[in-house]
Amino acid sequence: MARITASVYTSHVPAIGAAMDLGKTHEPYWQKVFAGYEFSRRWIREHTPDVIFLVYNDHATSFSLEIIPTFAIGTAAEYAIADEGWGPRPVPKVIGHPELAAHIAQSVIQDDFDLTLVNKMDVDHGLTVPLSLLFGQVDAWPCKVIPFAVNVVQYPVPSGRRCFMLGQAIRKAIESYDEPLNVHIWGTGGMSHQLQGPRAGLINKEWDNRFLDRLIEDPASLAQVPHIEYVREAGSEGIELVMWLIARGAMADVGGGRRPTVTHRFYHVPASNTAVGHLILEN
Amino acid sequence: MALDKPYTDVPGTTIFDAEQSRKGYWLNQFCMSLMKPENRVRFKADERAYLDEWPMTDEQKEAVLARDLNRCIAAGGNIYFLAKIGATDGKSFQQMAGSMTGMTEEEYRDMMVRGGRSVEGNRRLGEDGDAQPDRQPQGHGKGTL
Repeated sequence: MARITASVYTSHVPAIGAAMDLGKTHEPYWQKVFAGYEFSRRWIREHTPDVIFLVYNDHATSFSLEIIPTFAIGTAAEYAIADEGWGPRPVPKVIGHPELAAHIAQSVIQDDFDLTLVNKMDVDHGLTVPLSLLFGQVDAWPCKVIPFAVNVVQYPVPSGRRCFMLGQAIRKAIESYDEPLNVHIWGTGGMSHQLQGPRAGLINKEWDNRFLDRLIEDPASLAQVPHIEYVREAGSEGIELVMWLIARGAMADVGGGRRPTVTHRFYHVPASNTAVGHLILEN
Repeated sequence: MALDKPYTDVPGTTIFDAEQSRKGYWLNQFCMSLMKPENRVRFKADERAYLDEWPMTDEQKEAVLARDLNRCIAAGGNIYFLAKIGATDGKSFQQMAGSMTGMTEEEYRDMMVRGGRSVEGNRRLGEDGDAQPDRQPQGHGKGTL
């Protein structure tokens, strides 16, 4: 049977990808960011999964205003790297796991979550920056990836509560897959940031760290936090953090299992406009 | 019955909801077109002519030409779509976000390095934080990209 061995949480700031692609990682500004991932890169070399179920959001890349799916699961064999206006990032294409993705879709939809199935989709920095942060610059990603795109661009976005429940349905789906795969679930985006208007640049360290504490210790109550609190306290784009609750909902303790081990925790301000948060939890 | 919009009292912030999205549909779709290199070339060659191919309002076109992202957002734009204009101009997300505060690029970058904008006084309209309407613009920038 497949099993989820770990969940990884990280911001997916595009400037982090640009810093890697343009060879700026040694600059003091960026060293402070990448220092928080040195442990993670060593860890993942020893804990490389077969498949990453990667929760992220599309930033007006594959989904324009023509179609706005709330939850979209990638069921394709592979995904091209998107040209977001600067040209595609120089990173390997992403290889999917269509069989497991189809299995998850079948299970999760029958568990009352209305997923959109996507067989053609370019992936943007939301998906590639987390891969770069953990795996560095590689010729091919060392595992398969199932992209799971959440609408956090056009309001209303799904509630934290629904994301947390969805994570539970995803765990059930993965654990009913016959092949003995080692699966990670990653939740990306955040932490506090606002990219628009005169309030741009908002950062809330206290709220972010409280979010990390609660995500680890009491995710069920964290999932009850309404949208407006994210907007008010963590900035209009801080609402991306609801995606972390999908990954957290898929951990064993939520279904009555053991509490996860906190393998790594990191927080830093700033990367470009954003507070960077990063956690590794192991089942 | 009117929909509940609890987010209209957050200063300096426009939530991109279905109503804004409807208003900004063509503005945002124009931005999407800039993801194709050939369209970026055509837009840069003659911005006005390229914009006139789209059923956008005059206000939306003027806001784009002026690179005034606050005006673009008021006209229904969303920052992730508007970012395609910035990318076409070779500007970073930090330059785009900073342009909306009225600060210079340097002033905004320094604020971020110091830990970002405080939430204190900026949670609700009528408080005394630096994002409140009566405290704009915040710096010595030109307010455009």
